Amino acid sequence: MLTCKEFLQELSDFLDETVDPGLRNNLEAHITACPNCFVILDTTKRTIQVYKGVDAQPIPEDVHLRLMRAVDRKAAARRQPNAT
Amino acid sequence: MTTTETGTFDEASLVRRAKQGDSSAYSELVSKYERKVFRLAKNITQNDEDAEDVLQDAFLKAYEHLDDFQEQSKFYTWLVRIAVNEALMRLRKRKTDRTVPLDEPVDTGEETVVREIAVWEDDPEQRYGKTELRGILDESILSLKPAFRTVFQLRDIEELSTEETAELLGLSVPAVKSRLLRARLQLRERLTRFFKRKGDDVFAYL
Repeated sequence: MLTCKEFLQELSDFLDETVDPGLRNNLEAHITACPNCFVILDTTKRTIQVYKGVDAQPIPEDVHLRLMRAVDRKAAARRQPNAT
Repeated sequence: MTTTETGTFDEASLVRRAKQGDSSAYSELVSKYERKVFRLAKNITQNDEDAEDVLQDAFLKAYEHLDDFQEQSKFYTWLVRIAVNEALMRLRKRKTDRTVPLDEPVDTGEETVVREIAVWEDDPEQRYGKTELRGILDESILSLKPAFRTVFQLRDIEELSTEETAELLGLSVPAVKSRLLRARLQLRERLTRFFKRKGDDVFAYL
């Protein structure tokens, strides 16, 4: 039986499904027997999901406009490669 | 329109058109990804002004080198690599910078990161409005050490592989893994304060 500390060391790889089958069985056995580690696993998984699920905030309008102007200038320079 | 009826964004055709000199196609790519690149840049540089410079430099550089982009990978992944490099360069340039370079070793060893264990509500996001939720997430991620935050950003938000993250940040694969684990556990801990089931205030200590 793995200790909680050993379980936590493997938590990331377990979530990413990159552990080998033998270790996975041991990790699964641990969470069946240890409610604390089950909660840690569940809430860590949901932490990642909540970050993935939220869109980035819109950028400030002035930042957007300056970016678009810079891109337009670049596009114009691309069309006229000899212009200085 | 480049958005199909199913809402799929046709990135590949926009990239092809942009490569052929259609600047409006490139502008569409910019509009699509500017928020994500700005968030990425801000999470690395921790500063609006630098984030804006990184945003511009990344999109201009990508435009300049569009012909080098091999279309086997996603445009956004390619753009992220450019943006991360720009952001790291800016960090290095900061003269008065007191932050630890991201490729320096950090102690990921024995610090206790699991203090609070509580079951979350079934749908905790519903408790907060969209803006409030974003605020909680932004504040929580900004509270991480830069070395942990950047790895979480690249692995779990931008969905780069461990190897890609290691290469971009100049870290070993084990260092990326160890930082990612700490980052995830620390964020979990912070979010638990907001998302735990009410009336279920049981603390456990490991």
